[in-house]
Amino acid sequence: MQDYIWLIPFFPLLGFLINGLLGKYLSEKVIGILGSAMVFLSFSTAVVLFFQLTQLDPENRLFINTLYTWMATGSFSADVAFRFDALSAVMVLVVTGVGFLIHVYSIGYMHGDRGFARFFSFLNLFTFAMLLLVLGNNFLIMFLGWEGVGLCSYLLIGFWYENPEYAYAGNKAFIVNRIGDFGFLIGIFMIFGYFGSLNFDTVLSAAGMQPEWVITTICLLLFVGATGKSAQIPLYVWLPDAMAGPTPVSALIHAATMVTAGVYMICRTSAMYVLSEVALSVVAIIGLLTALMAATIAITSKDIKKVLAYSTVSQLGYMFLAAGVGAFATAIFHLMTHAFFKALMFLAAGSVMHALSNETNIDKMGGLKNKIGTTYRTFWVGGLAISGILPFAGFFSKDEILWKAFSSPFGSTVFWAVGTLIAGLTAFYMWRMIYTVFYGESRVDKEVALHIHESPKVMTVPLIVLAALSTVGGLVNIPHYFPMFEHFLDPVFMKYINPAAFEASHGSFGLELTFAAISLVVAFTGIWLAKVMYVQRRELPDKIASSVKGLYTLLFNKYYVDELYDKIIVKPFVKVSDAFFYAFFDVKIIDGIVNGSAKIMDSIAGVLRRSHSGVVQFYALSLVVGAIALFGYLIFG
Amino acid sequence: MTDLPLLSITIFLPAIGALLLLFLKDSMEQLQKMLALIVSALTFIVSLPLYFSFNSNTAAFQFEENYTWISAIGANYHVGIDGISLLMIMLTTFLGPLVVLSAWNAVHKSLKGFLISLLVLETGMLGVFASLDIFLFYIFWEAMLIPMYFVIGIWGGQRRVYAAVKFFIYTMVGSLLMMVAILFAYFYVGEQTGTYSFDYIHLRDFLMPVEIQKWLFLAFGLSFAIKVPMFPFHTWLPDAHVEAPTAGSVILAGVLLKMGTYGFLRFCLPMFPNATFIFAPLISILAVIGILYGAWVAMVQKDVKKLVAYSSVSHLGFVMLGIFSFTHQGMQGGLIQMVNHGLSTGALFLIVGMIYERRHTRMIEDFGGLARQIPIFTTFFMIVTLSSIGLPGLNGFVGEFLVLLGTFQTNVTLAVLATSGVIFAAVYMLWMFKRVMFGPITREENKRLTDLSKREVAVLVPIVVFIVWIGVYAQPFLGKMEKSVDSLLAQLKAKQTALVQPGNEIIGGGE
Repeated sequence: MQDYIWLIPFFPLLGFLINGLLGKYLSEKVIGILGSAMVFLSFSTAVVLFFQLTQLDPENRLFINTLYTWMATGSFSADVAFRFDALSAVMVLVVTGVGFLIHVYSIGYMHGDRGFARFFSFLNLFTFAMLLLVLGNNFLIMFLGWEGVGLCSYLLIGFWYENPEYAYAGNKAFIVNRIGDFGFLIGIFMIFGYFGSLNFDTVLSAAGMQPEWVITTICLLLFVGATGKSAQIPLYVWLPDAMAGPTPVSALIHAATMVTAGVYMICRTSAMYVLSEVALSVVAIIGLLTALMAATIAITSKDIKKVLAYSTVSQLGYMFLAAGVGAFATAIFHLMTHAFFKALMFLAAGSVMHALSNETNIDKMGGLKNKIGTTYRTFWVGGLAISGILPFAGFFSKDEILWKAFSSPFGSTVFWAVGTLIAGLTAFYMWRMIYTVFYGESRVDKEVALHIHESPKVMTVPLIVLAALSTVGGLVNIPHYFPMFEHFLDPVFMKYINPAAFEASHGSFGLELTFAAISLVVAFTGIWLAKVMYVQRRELPDKIASSVKGLYTLLFNKYYVDELYDKIIVKPFVKVSDAFFYAFFDVKIIDGIVNGSAKIMDSIAGVLRRSHSGVVQFYALSLVVGAIALFGYLIFG
Repeated sequence: MTDLPLLSITIFLPAIGALLLLFLKDSMEQLQKMLALIVSALTFIVSLPLYFSFNSNTAAFQFEENYTWISAIGANYHVGIDGISLLMIMLTTFLGPLVVLSAWNAVHKSLKGFLISLLVLETGMLGVFASLDIFLFYIFWEAMLIPMYFVIGIWGGQRRVYAAVKFFIYTMVGSLLMMVAILFAYFYVGEQTGTYSFDYIHLRDFLMPVEIQKWLFLAFGLSFAIKVPMFPFHTWLPDAHVEAPTAGSVILAGVLLKMGTYGFLRFCLPMFPNATFIFAPLISILAVIGILYGAWVAMVQKDVKKLVAYSSVSHLGFVMLGIFSFTHQGMQGGLIQMVNHGLSTGALFLIVGMIYERRHTRMIEDFGGLARQIPIFTTFFMIVTLSSIGLPGLNGFVGEFLVLLGTFQTNVTLAVLATSGVIFAAVYMLWMFKRVMFGPITREENKRLTDLSKREVAVLVPIVVFIVWIGVYAQPFLGKMEKSVDSLLAQLKAKQTALVQPGNEIIGGGE
């Protein structure tokens, strides 16, 4: 059966080719069903493989499918090869499962768009690339998928390319990601330099034999790549702009799957990370800072999709925090629950926009609770899940992160405290949005208000399925009682390391329960505050904003990071290239010298010149004369 | 293997076609085009057995033909190919018919002369890649420049004379130095061995003293460096490209530039190995400067064609860096990058040409929003752009990755600097693409654009096929060159140690 792993990425590739090449001859219905079916076929294949995998002993759960040699030179060789182990199984199931629902939803959402076929072919191409990323058996296939998803992200952010801002956002995403990839690539070179291979097993099993600085450097370089793809400080700036893409794209690529690739990468190479405390700390701290920063920005944003975008950045920060304290299974657990509830919220937001003629400003919404009931109820579930309310999915995964941030040998009280604060902020900003959008008076434009309608079934059914997953998805891993998820993944993470190093260094079961209670209280406080401010006393937010005007402006303008980058990097760079390198150095200096010597040449040639293109004759003549002289010398000389 | 002199047939078939064209009346344009197309297509077909029956398990020259030519000076007609020249030959014959097809409606004066120039050019280029006699090589090298000069100077744009003269000056400086160096090597080796011969293998296998190697390396190297073009000898390229007609640009970028990098591999490295090691740091640094500088300058260009021209400086920098890393990955990566650049930049020039034929402008600001109007064009342009950026899964990545991987093993700093080039490549290409293709249509003329014709699609499809093929399955191509690169590296190392050991006879002979 392992010989069929290739089928998983193959189906979406096929869908891409058919819809991409023949899409203009097909009806929307055919295109949509075909695109979705291909992802469903991948999902089904993955389910079958998953069950086969569970038949094996935990430590033997690995299928490898080698297709052919991609490139080989000297001692370097990279195969096109896939690996299906517990980690890739979880990733593949999330990608194809959530991906399938989003494909189905898109049939309704993209209805009538002139780029319908193009949209589905890109979405399939994305799924293909994402599957390569998580199935690759070596760093190079992972990188192939990594760049592939980046390409699709670029194509889909700029899907409505006629809007120059959208096209700009696409470029920004690609280029910022390339900065990350620069680090990733150098990491790959270094891995090959020290390990002589790019195969995961070869590299990871030998990681312990390398000096620590090598491992630290490699891990940090890979992490640079992760900060690009997973939108962490300092490369997160592209993700909020990426909301220019159609909403299903935001849900699939910029929330549930692609942006989690960095987390996956660190977990995949965890055997290296655990060898470097420095690298782990950097990951944890960057994750925590990003989570905090993004959460504060989300509080002031007025755009429904931007709130969700910053929320995604923040939640990804959580995942990195988990990975950074060595809790890899927990990071993946949160990755999965986040995929459920964030995809849900994005799609629900899309449903809101669908109802309001693509309005995204939450100040122009309100009172939608009863008008679009299904959307509201599913959004509500998502809100509880992300806030970490028991028993929704987010509670289990987020709480586990906070606990590990404290109890792990790499953790600390500060990690826990800040993490808990962020949990409160999260509950607050999310419910601020929910209350503003669905409760209170309607602030919808009159023209728009006439057309408010619930979305069709093809959109609401995926919402309901995701809401169900967001409700019960956390139950697969209940610490101490039912840690199935962790037990399933642990063989992957513990394969090359000593599990004893990961026993909680401090903390007891009692403390764990206390912490869980604290985070529940914090979450409820956040929701309660939001309710007070945005439902009961609506004048409060403005008052608070004007009382801390400086801070509010800073947050509202996203700490001016975009402006800063533009001013200190982008503009000077273009200017120097234009004014100095091109206009001065290339044209004045180098060409000046060339043209100067050309003038001298010309005056020499002028002697022989007979017509306006005399140079040719001179050249031909000199060639002939030279050749004759040469022959003469050689033969008679 | 077959008894037919396949290599010679391949080399001279285009020239025979050119001769036949001479007999056609000026007015028979359709017939002239058909003839040129058939001849160049036939050349490609004839060259296919070279690829398919090429033995990848040996570094020896294959399809060798060696006849006495001018016995008085020891010049032979000696041709043959190994893994280094094979792909160059294939690239040349592959692009041949595509170039003819691309010029179908583009030439409005003296079509016959144009087609003859193209065909003669092809013979010249094939000869350069196949020659194993340095005298023969030089003849082909020079012979090829004349039709190229005409193509730019006669069928070029408004500033064609300036561009052609610039091309000529640069090239002539290099050629003259190389000629002197060839003669010196010929006499020197002749004197030392008693055999006066221009035979490549004869000259290559004699190890000259380091001092002499240095001078000869510089003379050959300058000629090749101009052709590559390496920074700072690159300024002829943007002008030549901008003024040359599309077909000229495609040949220039696709094949001509590779003669420079090929020259280094074929002559400079094996003939002057010690000098090679001495100059390698300098060349590597220039290569990295070229990668970055080319990218930065490309970024600020207002003319699409000039942008693509500067991107060539950047891409060829990767090739040079790879060659001078003296690693398997770097060299094979450099070689495959030569092919890649021929495909992707060739295709970019074709695409720019197609839009120029419609709009008679290449200025970025004259476009914008074309994607909606001409979707087929957009698709091809996108794929080729991504190939040029080095997106994994397309050909460009394989070359760049291997070059950088190889370089990293020998010089971390240069590799890191060069790797940053992948960021800038995305910047200048995608920025240009956005300004040309995306956004709203702002100019009336652009609303009347027609999408690609069947002929144009037929020109681009074969290139895209290889762009994807090399990208997803590079091994067949890398496998063809492996043994030759192995052997070249082994020779380099052997010769380096040979000269270092004291009391070695070869040194004795040299001093």
